[in-house]
Amino acid sequence: MMKEKLSRSTEPKSWLRFSAPQMFYPLAGKMAPWFAAVAAVLGVVGLYIGLFVAPTDFQQGEVYRVIFIHVPAAWMSMFVYLVMAFWSAVGLVMNTRLSFMMAKALAPTGAMFCFVALWTGALWGKPTWGTYWVWDARLTSQLLLMFLYLGFMALTAAIEDPRRSDRAGALIALVGAVNVPIIYFSVSWWNTLHQGASVSLTKAPSMASTMLAGMLLMAFAAWAYTIAVTLWRVRSLILERERHTEWVGHELDAQEGRA
Amino acid sequence: MEWASWSAFWAMGGSAFFVWGSYFVTALLIGVELMMVRHRRRDTVRRLIRLRRAAPPRADVRVIEESVQ
Amino acid sequence: MKPRSKRLLLVGGAVALLVGAVALVLTAFQQNLVFFHTPTEVAEGKAPAGRTFRVGGMVEQGSVKRDADGLTVQFAITDTAKVIPVSYRGTLPDLFQEGKGAVVQGTLEPDGLFRASEVLAKHDENYMPIEAQYAVDQAQKAAQTVQH
Repeated sequence: MMKEKLSRSTEPKSWLRFSAPQMFYPLAGKMAPWFAAVAAVLGVVGLYIGLFVAPTDFQQGEVYRVIFIHVPAAWMSMFVYLVMAFWSAVGLVMNTRLSFMMAKALAPTGAMFCFVALWTGALWGKPTWGTYWVWDARLTSQLLLMFLYLGFMALTAAIEDPRRSDRAGALIALVGAVNVPIIYFSVSWWNTLHQGASVSLTKAPSMASTMLAGMLLMAFAAWAYTIAVTLWRVRSLILERERHTEWVGHELDAQEGRA
Repeated sequence: MEWASWSAFWAMGGSAFFVWGSYFVTALLIGVELMMVRHRRRDTVRRLIRLRRAAPPRADVRVIEESVQ
Repeated sequence: MKPRSKRLLLVGGAVALLVGAVALVLTAFQQNLVFFHTPTEVAEGKAPAGRTFRVGGMVEQGSVKRDADGLTVQFAITDTAKVIPVSYRGTLPDLFQEGKGAVVQGTLEPDGLFRASEVLAKHDENYMPIEAQYAVDQAQKAAQTVQH
């Protein structure tokens, strides 16, 4: 995910060396706190704008303020799944261990955001639509995404052989990725109770600017948060998987010396 | 500033349960996830150190396992 | 339990969960339960007869009438081309209003009355301050006066 960013500063192709777990481990350790700090700052500013600056909605009153969590979480839950599918594909094609580890490190955070999207959606649906849950195309496909995340995590955790576990997970990630465009376009393909997109690439956003600002800031905060947590998680995965190598031995010695 | 008073803020125009229910659960889950990530890091390092002490790495074993991967 | 059979159970459980979830979703899609039909589609006979389905549209202006019992509500759903009369017994969502969107779930009687078991309010994707909506309304009124 962050490899692209590094390609600027170094000579061409040299960023590929970070696909080696040994190289990526310290890099991830250095970057994670920065992303966490960015997430915290954006989150605080986003919440301030969302809760204190953004005006009351003409149609829904105050309850629309759930949007500042709901939409970023829903976007993130879809995007993270696509990134998982991307890393799984890279892992299968290039046979790189780190790619599969990235996919596994992303899953819990994607699942968390997926649950948040469903939960906040339920709490938003009751006062506006009049129900916590309805078998609407948007809601139903989002629920399926939740099951895909849980299935991915359960399956990869259950298979002990690392390479088999990687490949089984990659299969769910790639097949399940079909569901993401279904979620996204469900509101335009079918007559759904769920309203259409307020923000899209093809038209001007149908939101007041302060509301939009709060929502986008929260979305960027969710991005930075996801990157930070994923980097931290992948470090544990790398240690685990590479535990027989010499460099992990040195790392463990260093950790032991610190403790 | 949108609010006349703090109590108006917390009341959320009568939608307090739905708005704060959303924000609270999200904050809780993020807190839990951060804690889990920290614990996992600590557990992994501890467990691997213990394993390393129990069975110090042998060059021949390491070479075989790396070639398998 | 042996670790091997425990693992098998976990894998089996994960796969079963996934298959079950997919089956559930596909059934929902199959039964037309994840989207609504427009009144025009219903008039053309495209909606499933004798089964529960959804109709969505706008609550027709001036159509909402409460029965004497205070619980049963009669109203009409329209897509401006066709109109479907609806009868519903229960509480209505707060955002349910004449001239606004609604989705009703229920069955169509032979006489053309839609007996709803659930009424949901549908809102659009526009978010704006109350003052802005007031300004929009004023502008629309002004535009209409010019046209007439």
